[in-house]
Amino acid sequence: MGIDWGIIIQQFFSQGVGINAMVFAMAAIGLNIHFGYTGLLNFGHVGFMAAGAYGVGMTVFWLDQSLWLGVLVGLLLPTIMALILGIPTLRLRADYLGITTIAASEALRIFVRWRGNQERTGSSGGINDFADEFFEFNIFTRPGTETYDFAPGGLTIFQFRANDLWVLLIGWTLVAFFLLLTWQLMRSPWGRALKSIREDEDAARALGKNAYAYKLQALVLGGVIGGVAGMLQVISRQAVQPDTFNPVITFLIWTILIIGGVGKVASPVAGSMIYWALISGLITFMRELIGTDLSDELETFLNLSVLNVDQLRFVIFGGALMLLMWFRPQGVFGNREEMALEDR
Amino acid sequence: MKTGDPSEKDVAIEDPNAPEVVLGATAGGGGAGAAAQEDIPNPIAGTFDGVDPTPGSPKPDEILVAKNVVRRFGGLTAVDVDEVRIQRGAITALIGPNGAGKTTFFNLLTGFDDPDEGDVSLNGNSINGVASHKLAARGMVRTFQLTKSLAKMSVMDNMLLGAGDQRGEKLSFSLLRGSWRKQESEVRARAEELLERFSMTHMADEYAATLSGGQRKLLEMARALMAKPSLILLDEPMAGVNPALVQSLLGHVEALRDEGVSVLFVEHDMDVIMGISDWIVVLAEGSVIAEGTPDQVSSNPRVIDAYLGTEDGGASSDGRQGRDSE
Repeated sequence: MGIDWGIIIQQFFSQGVGINAMVFAMAAIGLNIHFGYTGLLNFGHVGFMAAGAYGVGMTVFWLDQSLWLGVLVGLLLPTIMALILGIPTLRLRADYLGITTIAASEALRIFVRWRGNQERTGSSGGINDFADEFFEFNIFTRPGTETYDFAPGGLTIFQFRANDLWVLLIGWTLVAFFLLLTWQLMRSPWGRALKSIREDEDAARALGKNAYAYKLQALVLGGVIGGVAGMLQVISRQAVQPDTFNPVITFLIWTILIIGGVGKVASPVAGSMIYWALISGLITFMRELIGTDLSDELETFLNLSVLNVDQLRFVIFGGALMLLMWFRPQGVFGNREEMALEDR
Repeated sequence: MKTGDPSEKDVAIEDPNAPEVVLGATAGGGGAGAAAQEDIPNPIAGTFDGVDPTPGSPKPDEILVAKNVVRRFGGLTAVDVDEVRIQRGAITALIGPNGAGKTTFFNLLTGFDDPDEGDVSLNGNSINGVASHKLAARGMVRTFQLTKSLAKMSVMDNMLLGAGDQRGEKLSFSLLRGSWRKQESEVRARAEELLERFSMTHMADEYAATLSGGQRKLLEMARALMAKPSLILLDEPMAGVNPALVQSLLGHVEALRDEGVSVLFVEHDMDVIMGISDWIVVLAEGSVIAEGTPDQVSSNPRVIDAYLGTEDGGASSDGRQGRDSE
């Protein structure tokens, strides 16, 4: 049995613009506002996603309210979380926020999966099938077909389920909106003040800028955008699972931001698309390899199985990331000269 | 003061690729500054005639007053100043040996550190516990010993940031371009004017990080002026600046005074201080030990003992001072 290159290509392109790519692009836009523009060390961005996700999920599941009210709650909870995390820590050095965010995001995950919260959060089982209202409006629903294929010349490049296509339409529209918002904000005097805080908080204060207020505003704004990303993720799956919000997700978002280039408007989108296209193409390729006749030596060396390809792809991707840092530390959109600049 | 020629040469050697800087630095700085010093009479000449040259002496028109300011770090009392009164419109220098507490005192005056005891008032209003970022709006702006140019922002953005009370800096207005466009262009015009004055127009679009040490000091000073301060506090403005640019910087400091801005600065270099200051406050071991005009201070035996003496590497009989300077 040979390698099916068609499925690899289809996975590469479909996942490159797929739900994960969209969700992580959006989350990274929020992190970019935090770190890229304001210099805030947020190591618990997944916590903001979880706050958004559980905001919408719990409103439907526990409070038995509509999904749309849930979306409002999903905006409110990340705001509250940002205020709770920011108010005590943003007067202190940058590291305090980093420590607090990573701890808070884990505390949140452990709290929602606690058995005692069965009625409220669904505990470790999570909340399922809560987002039907969202899919009622799906303009792609049509009888008979489940999936949409885009296959010029017989080669399937994109393949999506109707429901996913609907999430993607809404999601990428929101991504475009957040990009526009970031772009406009960062070229305003407000964005200039934000960047001055990233560069040197004391200088900003000496010039009359209330660094604390700016940092808090940035933390809330980026946190809410992360919350929206979390909401879209759980709506697309019709499932809120506590263990999808583990700390690895935060560092995945950081990876994506760094691939794209920190502090550039479009970098989260580029980084996310590149990451998901490559990682999906890679795992599909390796899965194809399992069923392929390789030389015995190679087979023994790789020892591929369905289980270990999942881990192996991260090993390979980690290696690729190191190469990227070596040859292009500024990321796709970054400017190497700018990166080398420092206050001497 | 240095003549034009050697300073021009110095700059040319330092930076052969930027001929405009050479012309600008000498014309707008050393040259114009020197001219200003010679042609324009010191606007506050005679102000200090009747002032008693003792620590804490009252001045005719005080802009900044510090009383009983104490700052301790654990068991160490870094600053213990009974009284300092700063004259409006003058150039006042704060000097003292290493470790005398000059920068700590500066931080206390500017809200970057809180005193354990004491009172600081600006224009007669207490600024105790007032957040540092609120002082710019009250007319007091400081610079830093280690220059804080905002490295990854352009020189122009550095300047624009300095302006106070910008509507577009509020999140709620930031997206409403129309609400701040006019103010932004006014601020930009002012920034261009100041860059022109500091001979940095051609660098407006460069990253601040690409500037030399001296140019950064200039930028920091120009940026502070964007806030239209009535009192500017300069923490070692000449530190690490090449000699040619020192003259330029001095010219700018004098020009500020001539425009009515009060200047308080910390400095090490005695030649610089003696030439430019109207009044000198001497700090040693956290306390003010002397005050006076440059002539009065340089002949004050306490100052010579505590500070000037140690310049020669411990000529002072006081062993502790000798150690401090090392």
